[in-house]
Amino acid sequence: MRKVPFTMSGEATTRPVPLAAQWRPLTDRLDRLAGPVFILPAVLVILAFSIFPLLASLYVSLSRLSFSEGGVQLRFVGLDNYAKLVVGIDRAHFLGVTRAITPVSAAILAAVYAGFVYLLVRYARSRGRTALGLAGRSLVALIGGAGVWLVVDTILTSGRPGTLVVTIIYVGVDVSVQYLLALGLALLVVQRLPGRRFFRVVFLLPMMITPVGVAYLFRMLTDTSKGPLYPLWTHFGLADVSWVTNPWGARLAVMIGDVWQWTPFIFIVLVAALESLPVELFEAAKVDGANRWQVFWEVTFPQILPATSTVVLIRLIEAFKIVDLPNVLTNGGPGTATESLTLHAYTIWRALDIGGSAAIAYMLLFVVTFIGITYVNLFRRRVVAMA
Amino acid sequence: MSRRLTRLLALLVGVGLLIIACTPGGTSSTGARFSGVTLHVVTFTGPQIAEPLQRRAPDFQKASGAKVEVITVPFSDLYQKILTDFATKTNSYDAMVFDPQWMGDYVPPGYLEDLSDRAKKDADLQWNDIAPFFRDFSATYKGHVYTVPLDGDFQMVYYRKDLLDRDGLKPPETWQDYIDIAKRYQGKDLNGDGKPDFGSCVAMKRSAQSYWMFISVAAAYLQSQGTSQGAFFNTDNMQPLMNNEGTAAALDVYKQISKLGPPDQLNNDVGDSRGLFVSGRCALSIDWGDIGPLAVDKTQSTVQDKVGAVILPGSKRVLDRSTGALVDCDSKTCPKAINGVNHSPFAAFGGWSGAINKARPDKTKDAAFAFLSYMSQPAQSSLDVTIGKTGFNPYRNSHFTNLDPWLKSGMSQQAAKDYLGAIEASLKSPNMVLDLRVPQSAFYEGTALDTALAQYLAGELTLEQTMRQITDQWNKKTDEIGRQSQLEAYKASLNVTR
Repeated sequence: MRKVPFTMSGEATTRPVPLAAQWRPLTDRLDRLAGPVFILPAVLVILAFSIFPLLASLYVSLSRLSFSEGGVQLRFVGLDNYAKLVVGIDRAHFLGVTRAITPVSAAILAAVYAGFVYLLVRYARSRGRTALGLAGRSLVALIGGAGVWLVVDTILTSGRPGTLVVTIIYVGVDVSVQYLLALGLALLVVQRLPGRRFFRVVFLLPMMITPVGVAYLFRMLTDTSKGPLYPLWTHFGLADVSWVTNPWGARLAVMIGDVWQWTPFIFIVLVAALESLPVELFEAAKVDGANRWQVFWEVTFPQILPATSTVVLIRLIEAFKIVDLPNVLTNGGPGTATESLTLHAYTIWRALDIGGSAAIAYMLLFVVTFIGITYVNLFRRRVVAMA
Repeated sequence: MSRRLTRLLALLVGVGLLIIACTPGGTSSTGARFSGVTLHVVTFTGPQIAEPLQRRAPDFQKASGAKVEVITVPFSDLYQKILTDFATKTNSYDAMVFDPQWMGDYVPPGYLEDLSDRAKKDADLQWNDIAPFFRDFSATYKGHVYTVPLDGDFQMVYYRKDLLDRDGLKPPETWQDYIDIAKRYQGKDLNGDGKPDFGSCVAMKRSAQSYWMFISVAAAYLQSQGTSQGAFFNTDNMQPLMNNEGTAAALDVYKQISKLGPPDQLNNDVGDSRGLFVSGRCALSIDWGDIGPLAVDKTQSTVQDKVGAVILPGSKRVLDRSTGALVDCDSKTCPKAINGVNHSPFAAFGGWSGAINKARPDKTKDAAFAFLSYMSQPAQSSLDVTIGKTGFNPYRNSHFTNLDPWLKSGMSQQAAKDYLGAIEASLKSPNMVLDLRVPQSAFYEGTALDTALAQYLAGELTLEQTMRQITDQWNKKTDEIGRQSQLEAYKASLNVTR
């Protein structure tokens, strides 16, 4: 902090004023203290409402809770709750069941790993490389590689995905589809079409509904034997087929619900971004003879990339917390097919295994933090710098 | 003048006192008893259970002066909500209407008021009219009364009497009979609307009631020597009874039943299965007593007087615990068998019961007990158990002997006898299966067993994997809490006098 000379008279002077000189040590001291004193309330609030609960829940995740006369007992059990998830009794539930690699999964893994190696080598040869950057990227490649192996080896083999992989599938598919749909809708409503104001409001409505309400809505819609779409299912001869008792059918139902609800969020951000673009660029592109696709790809898309990267980051973080839809739609069933990490934590918490539940919540925190930091470092900063 | 005035005043006071003394007691004497007290009673969202409490609260207020506020929370949150309210000393609930299985978690830390004296002294409650099983199991923990029973819970099998009579079939005696009957009616039109219906409708949804339905099947194979034998653990070493030929047979039956129902059976809870049954779409169902009153409810039932009920089907082969194998029933292996079939009626859940928070002031506790007693007294409960939407099922001797309320509810004489007969047969069975009541029973049943069953039904686990997973999870939890203390709690819960 830059220090500003201060006198009692309030103006800089070369002649020492005895009174000011007398007070100087005190005012200097106050000056030094002013910063910390002003920051202190904010720090205390953050400590009390953010850091302390975080540390307390970290301790809970390392303990086992029991109820005894007159209160609650927390017994420290080290990493036992985490070990249960990764190598212990809940491994299959959390990580899934892996099986021998098939040719298809081997090919995908080889392609992904080759991509990682290529990117690392390219970075190592680039001018702007740093040791820290290389170490960070190697870590991302290592953890990302393990994640890709887990996803591929539980989905593309005869294995079964655990709650971690199911959540990653939800996030990947939901956010991608939501973005593509939202972009399409946003491009449509910024055209000078009749009724665009009406559609702009209609497209926003799903976001306003409470997620549990959306979940019940989709529960009714997916009920082939008595829901509102019963006549439709009967017409196609599907009244006796339940798609929510099939693992992928149920996951699809959850994803459709999530896409329906959260596309409007991305849509509204992209509409705002599209409407703020300067007209001159488009006029210049037209003068240069660019066709519609070129205008979109060379002018519009790069211009909305900063907004895109921000909204995708927000949705990524939010999507990891999905719980209402699978809970109401199928209670995580059939089996554990639609169970997300948050629902997994909730199920365990309901049986009062608070430590185990906290451990899952922390695993979720690690995954979200890792993906968030990776995304910001490797993608978002570059996009913003480019813009 | 002043003396005259004094006399006049004395006369007025005297007349006033005389009038008060001559006024009928009812409202004024008891009305003041709990005036100013507001009771906070917590139970699940309902509408069952909460409905009768809310409906009768104003009458109770008129009679006693105490105002009753019923707080409802979703069933899946009720257990931990009450427990955390106690543990954090928030004490926002004066009374709670809950699952008596949870007493294993609530009583040892001293959260619940001992109601033994109050229950004995309250003549209106007619404690001895309550069936022994509910007095001893639902209400009592280690010899002390902690709850007032408000509901009687057993699982039974319901069948379409009209269809079975038409085809000359007997109600199912064994689980194999159940499957045979279900197969016969699966895909046939059972309610005359020209669309194919279902052989059996059972709530098999995850995180709902599926594990109770499974135990109803498994009990027939696992317990044959009477109630005190227990159906969940070996009483010598607390080893789970979940990895043996008996459980394997039950899992196989359960999977077969899952395929003889509606296409989305794995996503159905009791609300769905009851709706299907009373709309005439199912030949069989496994359920608590609720289907009886629902089936006569003209507003939602199309099967009035077409429904019969029987004790849960049994098995002719039972588990030999020393070898883990199934053996044929004889006088030694199945001493309680009826016609060579071992029936093990399952008192699933145990019946909604009311308890009182020990940490509340005495006057509040007295008012809370008065409310629970009022709800349970025959004058109120004999009517409530005949109404489907209350979720209350019969649990007093007078509920079985006094048929009038049942007939007034719309049941025929024969239907009432059938329905109450099935409940009574279960109640009197010496081989009744008590629901699990040890610390963290919510984990053993509601999380570990429930998840494994859902995975098995969905094909995620094989039969062997399912049995191993349940056993491993139960053993891990038992070791975490303490094998010896869990064994003692389990044995204490089985010590039932009748």
